[in-house]
Amino acid sequence: MEELLKCENVSFSYENTGVIKNLSFTLNSGDYLCIVGENGSGKSTLTKGLLGLKQPAEGKIIKCNGLKSKEIGYLPQQTPAQKDFPASVFEVVLSGRLSSLGFRPFYSKEDKKIARDNIHRLGIDDLIKRSYRDLSGGQQQRVLLARALCSGKKLLLLDEPVTGLDPIVTEEMYRLILELNKQEHITIIMVSHDINSAVRYATHILHLNFDKSFFGKTSDYIKSPMGRYFFSENENNMITAGEENV
Amino acid sequence: MFDIMSMFQHSFMVRALTGGILISLCAALLGVSLVLKRYSMIGDGLSHVGFGALAIGSAANFAPLEFSIPIVVVSAFFLLRISENSKIKGDAAIALISTGALAIGITVASLSGVNTDIDNYLFGSILSLSNSDIVICWIVFAIVMVLFVMFYNKIFAVTFDESFAKATGTKTGIYNMLIALLTALTIVIGMKLMGTLLISSLIIFPAITSMRICKRFKTVMISSAVVSVVCFFVGLVISYQYSTPAGASVVLVNLCVLIIFSAIGFVRDKINEKKYLKGDLNETAQSKKL
Repeated sequence: MEELLKCENVSFSYENTGVIKNLSFTLNSGDYLCIVGENGSGKSTLTKGLLGLKQPAEGKIIKCNGLKSKEIGYLPQQTPAQKDFPASVFEVVLSGRLSSLGFRPFYSKEDKKIARDNIHRLGIDDLIKRSYRDLSGGQQQRVLLARALCSGKKLLLLDEPVTGLDPIVTEEMYRLILELNKQEHITIIMVSHDINSAVRYATHILHLNFDKSFFGKTSDYIKSPMGRYFFSENENNMITAGEENV
Repeated sequence: MFDIMSMFQHSFMVRALTGGILISLCAALLGVSLVLKRYSMIGDGLSHVGFGALAIGSAANFAPLEFSIPIVVVSAFFLLRISENSKIKGDAAIALISTGALAIGITVASLSGVNTDIDNYLFGSILSLSNSDIVICWIVFAIVMVLFVMFYNKIFAVTFDESFAKATGTKTGIYNMLIALLTALTIVIGMKLMGTLLISSLIIFPAITSMRICKRFKTVMISSAVVSVVCFFVGLVISYQYSTPAGASVVLVNLCVLIIFSAIGFVRDKINEKKYLKGDLNETAQSKKL
C-alpha cells in the first residue's frame, strides 16, 4: 500500500467562517473513500482543495507518488446547461484530455486513442457518435466518467455521481465505480449524500462535521458513536431521503 | 429574376456585403459559445452600452469607434463578472445596464442635436460603411478566426463544463474574458451594420438555428457560420430589391431559416422516435451521425 494523498491539519474557511478545522487523513492507493456530511459541512470546499483550486487556510494537502492535481479524474455535478448540449459523446470524452494539450491547439492521435479506450472500458461504444443531449441521465454520467478517466488514471474524484438517477441506474453506477476500484485499482474519492451506499461500498469514510470530523475504515465508522447515530437515523429516514434524491 | 450582378456594381454594396459577411461569421462562431453558456443577453446588453458610448463619442467629437470600443470591452468584462456572481441576478443586471446606457445615449444625442446619428446607430446604416470600416472588419475577423482556431478545444471544454476544465488546470477565467473581448469587438463593429437593436440577432439566431438539427459541437459551429453568411447575403439582396431596411431584412431571413430548421428537427426526431420504438437501434445511431 502506497500513500497517494495526505491531508495534514487542514483548515478551510469560506467567506471568513471556518468550515473545516484541523482535518487530517491519509489516502492509500486502491482505497475507496466516501466523503459524507450535511449541507454546508464543507464537502465542496474540500473537493476544491483536493483539486488544487483552493488553498487551505492552514495545514497542507500533500500529493504523494508523483500525483499532480491535473491528474485527478474529476466528475463534477452536472449543470442544467449541459443536459441539452449539442456535442457528440466522443467530443465530450476527448475533452478529458484537455490538460495534456498545453499550448498545442489540437488533440493528438494518442489523445483520441485514449478517449476511445475509455469509451470501450465503460461499455458505451455504441453511443460514441450519439449526441450527449439525447442520452439518458445514466448514460450521460457514464460519458462523464469516461471523460474523467481520460484525465486521471490513478485517482477519481466523484462529486455526487448518482444525483438525479433512478434507483436501478444508481445501483449500476455504484457497481461500475466499484469495478473500477477493485479490478483496475483506481483510487476513488466520492462525495455523497447517500450514507447507506457509502457504507456498503467504500473502504473508508470521511464524515465532515466542523472540528469533530470522523475518518477511518468503514467498519470502524459503523461502530463509532457518530456513525451509529447518523447511520441508524438515516435508516429510519431512508424512505424520505430516497424521495428527496429522486 | 433578381439583378444581383448590377447590385454589386455599386461600391457601397460591395462594402456592405464584405463587412456583413465578416461580422456575421464572427458573430456566429461566438454565438454558439455564448448561447450554450446562457450568456445570450450579454450581446444585447453590450450593444446598448455601445450605443451610449457612440452617442457620447459623437457628441464630444471623438472618433466614435475608437472611443466606444474600449468602453464596450470594459463593460463586457463587467457583465461577465455579474453573470458569474450568483448574488446579483445576471439577467436583471443586464437589463438595468442596457436600458440605462440606452437612456444616456438618447439623452446625450438629443441634447447635442445630432439626431441623424441616433437613427444610424439604432437601426444600422449598412450602406454607409467606409473603406476604413472595412479594414476594421477585416482586423476583427482575423483576430476572431485565429483565436478561435487556436483555442477551439479549450473553448469547447470551457463551454461544456467549466468546473471540469478548471479542475484540469485550465485558466477558465482567461477564456471567458477572451470570449467577452471578442464579443465586444464584434458588437461594436456590427452595430454600424445591424444597428443597436438588431445586432444581438446575428449572435443568437445562427447558433439556435443550427442546434435544431446539428448534434455535434463542430457541426453546430460550421452550420452557424454557413447559416449566418447565407442569411446575411439573402437579407441584403432582398433589402436591395424591395428597398426594405437591411438589418431588419437579415433578421427576418434568419427567423425564416430558424422556423424551417426547427420543423426539420422536429420531424426528424419524430421519425427517429418511431424507429427507436421499433427497436431499430442501429439505424437510429446511424442517422444521429450529424
